[in-house]
Amino acid sequence: MDRGASERFPLRRREVAGRLLADPGDLLVVAGLGSTAWDVTAAGDRPLNFPLWGAMGGAAMLGLGLAIAQPERRVLVITGDGELLMGLGSLATIAVQRPANLALVVFDNERYGETGMQATHTAHGVDLAGVAAACGFPITGTLREEDELEAALPAIRTGPGPVLYVAKVRAEPLPFALPPKDGAYLKDRFRRALLGEDARAP
Amino acid sequence: MDAAAGGWPDRIHRVLGELDVRQVAYVPDAGHTRLIELCQADPAMRAVPLTTEEEGVALAAGAWLGGQRAVLLLQSSGVGNCINMLALNQVCRLPLLMLVTMRGEWGELNPWQLPMGQSTAEALEAAGVIVQRLEAPEGAGETVRAAGNMAFEGQVPVAVLIAQRLIGAKSFDR
Repeated sequence: MDRGASERFPLRRREVAGRLLADPGDLLVVAGLGSTAWDVTAAGDRPLNFPLWGAMGGAAMLGLGLAIAQPERRVLVITGDGELLMGLGSLATIAVQRPANLALVVFDNERYGETGMQATHTAHGVDLAGVAAACGFPITGTLREEDELEAALPAIRTGPGPVLYVAKVRAEPLPFALPPKDGAYLKDRFRRALLGEDARAP
Repeated sequence: MDAAAGGWPDRIHRVLGELDVRQVAYVPDAGHTRLIELCQADPAMRAVPLTTEEEGVALAAGAWLGGQRAVLLLQSSGVGNCINMLALNQVCRLPLLMLVTMRGEWGELNPWQLPMGQSTAEALEAAGVIVQRLEAPEGAGETVRAAGNMAFEGQVPVAVLIAQRLIGAKSFDR
């Protein structure tokens, strides 16, 4: 096996994030901890982003709770391969609930980027889109080239969910783009933007 | 017991409805069987079975972000799975209502349940969760209402530990 293969993947994570969030409108975005939180922030910090600094393995389930609570809004979870591997069972849980408004895009560089670029299981062939398909996600796929990403955008934005795409992205060092780290602030600004100025305990 | 009022799970279900709880995350559990069935049958509630308890901590966080209240039904043996995910509640000041049926205490016949059962309250408190105990069925409704009000009005995590003595120790005769 070519252990350095992901250093030559054509898709670049910051460009993929930029494409997914080019015209976000009222899209509700959850970003898994680490690199994907930085990628989403590099595309533009906004109140309807909820970037995680911890809670590893929880991004997909956070997206599910949000999607159930807001069935008229599109929810996009952007997370990494390592983060999703830690909560793999959540794909089964999400498939059972079948939220039509939930899409996940996994930025898969086959590495634990924040801890020293150790190989994740996907470097050894674990197929996260295959897992999602086996769980029952109606739309899944693996994206390796820019034209494949472009072709998948409509399904990510409006396809009947749950949708999961794996974007195979280059393993590369990038500058940090840090979102606010005060979780209570992130939560309050998200709820205010979504539920109105007087958002309180519903 | 007042037959018309139902058992303690019926009273907890009624209080969850009055608290406007809309998402019910659960793992299969003998002690919660009746409550799970009531929630599944309630059109105002979305029952979400989990593969592991920490999924429910994250689900409840997402629900709150979206303007809904959630409850997490679990057993004491699953509390340990939740610990790291409970950072969400402390750091983001997010509410969480956990209803924990106890194993590993009164009359437990399975020694493998003892380590987590004997450290449930301590583990939750170490993770910043307020712990209340329900010892007798009569107090079920008011205890859950009090815990829910604290959680949702104060935006803090609160766990109600439902005593094994109330549920009964699991029998291994079959």
